[in-house]
Amino acid sequence: MADVTAQNTQKSWLARAADSDLWYSFCRSPVTIVSAILTVLFFVSAIFANWIAPHNPFDLASISIMDASLPPAWMEGSDPRFWLGTDDQGRDIFSTIIFGARISLFVGFASVIFSMILGISLGLISGYVGGRLDAFIMRVADIQLSFPAILIALLIDGVARGVLPRAMHQDLVFYVLIFAIGISGWVQYARTVRGSTLVEKNKEYVQAARVIGIGPLIILWRHILPNVMGPVLVIATIHLAIAVITEATLSFLGVGVPPTTPSLGTLIRIGNDFLFSGEWWITIFPGIALVLLVLAINLLGDWLRDALNPKLR
Amino acid sequence: MKADVEKESLLTIEGMRVEFPSRRGHVVAVERLDLTVEPGEILGIVGESGAGKSTIGNAVIGLLEPPGEMTEGTILLKGDRIDHLDDAAQRKIRGARIGMIFQDPLTSLDPLQTIERQLVDTIQRHLNLGEAEARSRAVDLLDQVGIPDPAVRIAQYPHQFSGGMRQRVVIALALCADPEMVIADEPTTALDVSVQAQILDLMKALCRDRQVGMILITHDMGVISETADRVAVMYRGRVVETGTTQQIMSKPNHDYTKSLISAVPRPDKRLKRFPLVTYIEDAEERPEGLNLATHWLGKVREEHKLTGNLVELKDAHMRFITRHSLFPSRRLFLDAVKDVSFAIQPGEVFGLVGESGSGKSTIARMITGIYKPSGGTITFDGTDMTALESRAAAAPFRRQMQMIFQDPFSSLNPRMRVEDIIEEPIHFHKMAYDRQEATQIMHDLLDVVGLGSQAARKFPHEFSGGQRQRISIARALATRPRFLICDEPTSALDVSIQAQVLNLLKDLQSELNLTMLFISHDLPVIRQVCDRVGVMRHGKLLEVAPTETLFTDPQHDYTKHLLKLMPKFRGFRMPELET
Repeated sequence: MADVTAQNTQKSWLARAADSDLWYSFCRSPVTIVSAILTVLFFVSAIFANWIAPHNPFDLASISIMDASLPPAWMEGSDPRFWLGTDDQGRDIFSTIIFGARISLFVGFASVIFSMILGISLGLISGYVGGRLDAFIMRVADIQLSFPAILIALLIDGVARGVLPRAMHQDLVFYVLIFAIGISGWVQYARTVRGSTLVEKNKEYVQAARVIGIGPLIILWRHILPNVMGPVLVIATIHLAIAVITEATLSFLGVGVPPTTPSLGTLIRIGNDFLFSGEWWITIFPGIALVLLVLAINLLGDWLRDALNPKLR
Repeated sequence: MKADVEKESLLTIEGMRVEFPSRRGHVVAVERLDLTVEPGEILGIVGESGAGKSTIGNAVIGLLEPPGEMTEGTILLKGDRIDHLDDAAQRKIRGARIGMIFQDPLTSLDPLQTIERQLVDTIQRHLNLGEAEARSRAVDLLDQVGIPDPAVRIAQYPHQFSGGMRQRVVIALALCADPEMVIADEPTTALDVSVQAQILDLMKALCRDRQVGMILITHDMGVISETADRVAVMYRGRVVETGTTQQIMSKPNHDYTKSLISAVPRPDKRLKRFPLVTYIEDAEERPEGLNLATHWLGKVREEHKLTGNLVELKDAHMRFITRHSLFPSRRLFLDAVKDVSFAIQPGEVFGLVGESGSGKSTIARMITGIYKPSGGTITFDGTDMTALESRAAAAPFRRQMQMIFQDPFSSLNPRMRVEDIIEEPIHFHKMAYDRQEATQIMHDLLDVVGLGSQAARKFPHEFSGGQRQRISIARALATRPRFLICDEPTSALDVSIQAQVLNLLKDLQSELNLTMLFISHDLPVIRQVCDRVGVMRHGKLLEVAPTETLFTDPQHDYTKHLLKLMPKFRGFRMPELET
């Protein structure tokens, strides 16, 4: 054993990662590998949308109303330029999906990070300080949990529309959306982090740091935070899927991103109007894309949870 | 060891090998194991953690934890092969022919069922008896294991029994179906010393009267020497020596047995150091070349010559609120430490001894400032620590007192490298001019505690318990403290590792002229380490006396009681190693 560990420290971090239990369990789960590939595909195409997408749906000069409502490439009356057909304004469905996924993922990521920062900070403070502050933060969390997340997001979005002037709201719509989705998700982080902090703060390494004389902020940042991050990463993965869904729901309801810069939810809503007039592809393909994206992220999250919890192995 | 044709042993194990396959190759837990147990005999299996003791017991009753597997050898119970049976056949043997006693009586009984239900169910499963007969047998058994009023107590739930009584119930359960063989895995480790003696006597008597063979698995040489007829000593999955208890304790042949026995702290006499324990893993000796008198570690900064006490507690009181309420009259309090006063002189090792919950650790936490005392004063080097309001004002004193914790598995941050763990206090107290000097100090410290500087880049989980405790010591020494608090520093360690760590602490104490507060529940350890001892119970300090006086002429009744319960282990000593 001693020899093995000695070798481990000599290796680079890449070699150690390849040797880790996490990578091992990843390689043994085909479902996880498929979801990982899907997720990576979505991310790559979202990041490099400008180069990957065959058309730019935002470029008004390139779209023509003559191409409107063309069916997918394998159907009669289709145009080979548009693989998945076009929508009512002649935009290429495949390209809008790629650009839409980009907006969905951007909003999802940003709101997850916002939730994480808020939730982790409040959870750390709540668990470490304890007493009345802890009780206060946790009661606020309880109250918020009694509303559905989508309701809170709708509420904030509605308030923002009412309070901000119209032109300003147009500029700020993404930030409002990110804030609305993010604020509705912090509770889970706060609760998890608080629970782990309560456990960690009584461990002797924290007491050792206090004996040295180190202050609470540094103890929280350097000692406790790294040790409570495991479950947070699992929540964040699954929360990303939820955030993407919430964004899609809001956009579907017409209170999310505007139709000029459509996300997956907006696309589904636009297509929904044409579903019964036979142009099903406008809504079905963005719908499938959304399902695949969310499912892949969720499966990854499930795997991560199991792999990080040794009791389930 | 072949079983004789005319005289067949009760249990014969031949050439046993147990492997635990893992993705990094097979771990061999037990190999080339031959053992026999005769009827009415107690065979003790002794060894340290990881030696494979428990694996033997589990293999015999067919309860090896997956993926563990017995790959070679045979197990014969009165001539019948009992290894590699299917589950149904195993269940017929388990309980009926071989009984099992586990370590923790708190978890080996079902808390939701009465003792009666558990006993009667077990009896009926193995013996063909009616409800009433089974019940009377159960009452009988409880009577035999020494439970008073068995007819009344049988209807009670496990939580209504004390720890020792529960272990008696577990023994009754193991005896339900008149087994020929009982395996006891650390049966007294979770019990108090006084209860331990009773349970061991009971097990001895039962084995003798019922002609039951027993395998007694334990890490405790004292238990073995008082109970077992024969002993098998295990080391890294192999039996290194078997013999009668008398022979093993007085004339051990194998070096490992010698090391093991000499590492047990002596309750009867203080030795300067533990005899050299050579046959033990990780026994890295400290480099000889380091002369602490001239080394930076020996140089203490900003220190004036002390005349009085280094640490002094006056009526220190600690009260915790156990129930919060807006109204003061409805609050509930727990007084963990009640008006304790004592003083520690420079260069002295002061011991605090007492049962768990007596307030020993609370005192340590009050001195280090983790808890703020609710009454009284704590003086360090003439300064009243309780009057210091800000952290900045207390910082220079924090630097001078450091602490070593009990649990080596939780006292090091698992996400930090050893170098960062040890350098943290150096940077915090600005003990080094630059990073290079801090690194140099860190490497020196690792040498001083006998780990070597290659340990710096590793993470804590790559070390064993004893090595982690050395890292803990290095961290505590990093600020060059004058006062070191050791809170049960060895109670989580194996006895041989304990001997090494205690030797290290003793060496450092005398070389650096450290003042120490040494907290332990273990009287023999206290005797080996401390100059003066305070005895605590229920938050009160009952008696303070020089160690030798306390052990030879205790004043308080409670001290006398504790000394009477101290294990009377008088094993083999190597006179040539005693200094």
